[in-house]
Amino acid sequence: MKQLMLGNAAVARGLYEAGCAVVSSYPGTPSTEITEEAAKYDEIYCEWAPNEKVAMEVAFGAALAGKRSFCGMKHVGLNVAADPLFTVSYTGINAGMVIAVADDPGMHSSQNEQDSRHYAIGAKIPMLEPADSKEALEFTKRAYEISEEFDTPVLLKMCTRVAHSQSIVNTGERAGTPQKPYEKNIAKYVMMPGNAKRRHPFVEDRTRRLTEYAEHCDLNRMELGGTEMGVITSSTCYQYVKEVFGDTVSVLKLGMVHPLPVKLILDFASHVDHLIVVEELDPIIEHHCRQLGLKVSGKNILPMEDEFSQNLVAEKLGGTVHRGVSLEDAIPPRPPVMCAGCPHRGLFYTLNKNKCTVMGDIGCYTLGAVAPLSAIDMTLCMGASISGIHGFNKALGQESEGKTVAVIGDSTFMHSGMTGLANIAYNQSNSTVIILDNSITGMTGHQHNPTTGYNIKGDPAGKIDLEQLCRAMGFQRVRVVDPYNLKECDEAVKEELADPEPSVIISRRPCALLKYVKHNPPLVVNEEKCVGCKSCMKIGCPAISIRDGKAHVDSTLCVGCGVCEQLCPVGAFESTGKEG
Amino acid sequence: MATKNIMIVGVGGQGSLLASKLLGHLLMEQGYDVKVSEVHGMSQRGGSVVTYVRYGDRVNSPVIDKGEADYIVSFELLEAARWLNYLRPNGQIVTSTQQIDPMPVITGAAQYPENLVEKMRAKGIKVDALDCLALAEEAGSSKAVNIVLMGRLSHYFDLPEEAWQKSIEACVPTKFLELNKKAFELGKNA
Repeated sequence: MKQLMLGNAAVARGLYEAGCAVVSSYPGTPSTEITEEAAKYDEIYCEWAPNEKVAMEVAFGAALAGKRSFCGMKHVGLNVAADPLFTVSYTGINAGMVIAVADDPGMHSSQNEQDSRHYAIGAKIPMLEPADSKEALEFTKRAYEISEEFDTPVLLKMCTRVAHSQSIVNTGERAGTPQKPYEKNIAKYVMMPGNAKRRHPFVEDRTRRLTEYAEHCDLNRMELGGTEMGVITSSTCYQYVKEVFGDTVSVLKLGMVHPLPVKLILDFASHVDHLIVVEELDPIIEHHCRQLGLKVSGKNILPMEDEFSQNLVAEKLGGTVHRGVSLEDAIPPRPPVMCAGCPHRGLFYTLNKNKCTVMGDIGCYTLGAVAPLSAIDMTLCMGASISGIHGFNKALGQESEGKTVAVIGDSTFMHSGMTGLANIAYNQSNSTVIILDNSITGMTGHQHNPTTGYNIKGDPAGKIDLEQLCRAMGFQRVRVVDPYNLKECDEAVKEELADPEPSVIISRRPCALLKYVKHNPPLVVNEEKCVGCKSCMKIGCPAISIRDGKAHVDSTLCVGCGVCEQLCPVGAFESTGKEG
Repeated sequence: MATKNIMIVGVGGQGSLLASKLLGHLLMEQGYDVKVSEVHGMSQRGGSVVTYVRYGDRVNSPVIDKGEADYIVSFELLEAARWLNYLRPNGQIVTSTQQIDPMPVITGAAQYPENLVEKMRAKGIKVDALDCLALAEEAGSSKAVNIVLMGRLSHYFDLPEEAWQKSIEACVPTKFLELNKKAFELGKNA
């Protein structure tokens, strides 16, 4: 059936049609919807794992057991899962195993711009790269065939513009749920040195066989047109090249980006006068061409940074660049902000007011670094707040212990905060860790995690008790505060920083955007009382602005959290008493 | 047919995803190749958001670049001005006159520019500006701004009314159907 489908939903459809039985993932933009969509098919068992390493190991276990399996993650998630990745390459699989990794060139929602193709090369695992939703569906199914034919996991590389674009797909039927028998095979699946030594030559030979496959398979295709310029490209870059040049240039469109073909590229090069590689981020195809002794253009004319577009390709390769007109006015930027009623706001106000040094982490609360809260000093990767504060405090001792805190969300804590907390308990730094428990994985669009008590389908599930967990690790000082209550937050932060023991503060209130959260009526400013002191402007609430020297509340945004009310010295904020 | 381009711009949380879903459905039903490109994640949190809708015989790029948009549909005035240079010569802007202050304006670090509609028109830009929020509220919900805008946009398309109605029915939950149909009519006839 013909359908307009998101790239990520098309991957999920591919999983369904390929008979995939087990999916385990950790959410991460732009990969999240693959697993959310897969969970809508009752035939597939789906779960959110605590992190990507766990997810990949779950998928491996399922493939070992003989069922087709899948795990999905964003590019930086593959860093977390790199440990199993490099060795599942050696063991190979029993039933097919596919790993989707979604890169984010342009960093729409990421902390770096790494190129996941390096992992395919490093781990010696084949990688397919679709250029639209139709290919996303087809390549997912093909990935299982390759996985089982060559005894290897297969990487499926997405990027933001393929993952988050809808295009037309043709859906088919599910091929049942294949089951391969499980047979014990110590030499293949127990990777101790003696066995791994015998598997490594298999991996090298597999890459040779996969290279031969890449020469002839229809994933890679030559589109001969004008022969003055020949472009080797893949993914959305292919779309930009076709958009600008149509059939006036020749194109080698690669759907399999590791291993890269040799004879096919040499053959393509022989048809054209000038060879250009158009690839986002790193010059991987370009370097391959150079190793083949080809004269090729690439990163000498195209950038290493950011995502490409048709205008960029046109500008660099000599096509028609489109331009528009702008106003003379400076257009103020509109950066993302914490939502009105966000429970993180009150806590970050408290940290800013107490002039804390704050080790940050990955989630919506990274926005605590933005003015006027400006509360975060460092954000690196998942879990680094807790490990980082320990190192910071070990380096500076009492000088920092009394004013430094780590902040980490509930989901991020489950992902990779617990091991850092174990390090604090074990190696004893007087660190203060604040878990921002908004009872959901917020940034990626509300996914459940081990602390919420619900699974991916919203059904009741196991629930980890954060207080008990921290106490079991040896923390004597564990306390819970309501971030809507500024006084309570202030006392907790001051007391725990002053105390000579390590401590955990759990700042607990559900995300204001959760459907089950009941809001108070919006507040309104009594203009006769307001003195225009702007105390309420210190919290950076998008619902509050200054109009004609007085505070003004946007009643369509305000959820009546009352944080501004606690800052007002004259009691100018009043309840409207009606639901917003 | 050469590829046509519609940009939907606004502030994260204003409901642009429903508008793009509706357009995607509508245009696919007309037999076109269609691509719709969205942004999820961090930028949705009250930031400037943009959705690209492209249709034609064969659509390659999923995104619209500067100087290419046939239509810019905007939920907010500043956003129409921000993305203005994506409009192609002789393109059409359809915008709500609603103004939402971005954080730099709220904190006083920047000014919200005045008279944006007039300034765009002075550049020779075709701007269709209307108070979609008021019309949405008249229809029964401030959340229906997206459908008011679609009603307005339908003016510029040579498509039968029932095609739009069918797509609204396909994309909107049944319990909000009447409200949204009214919003569409109000936008169309404003």
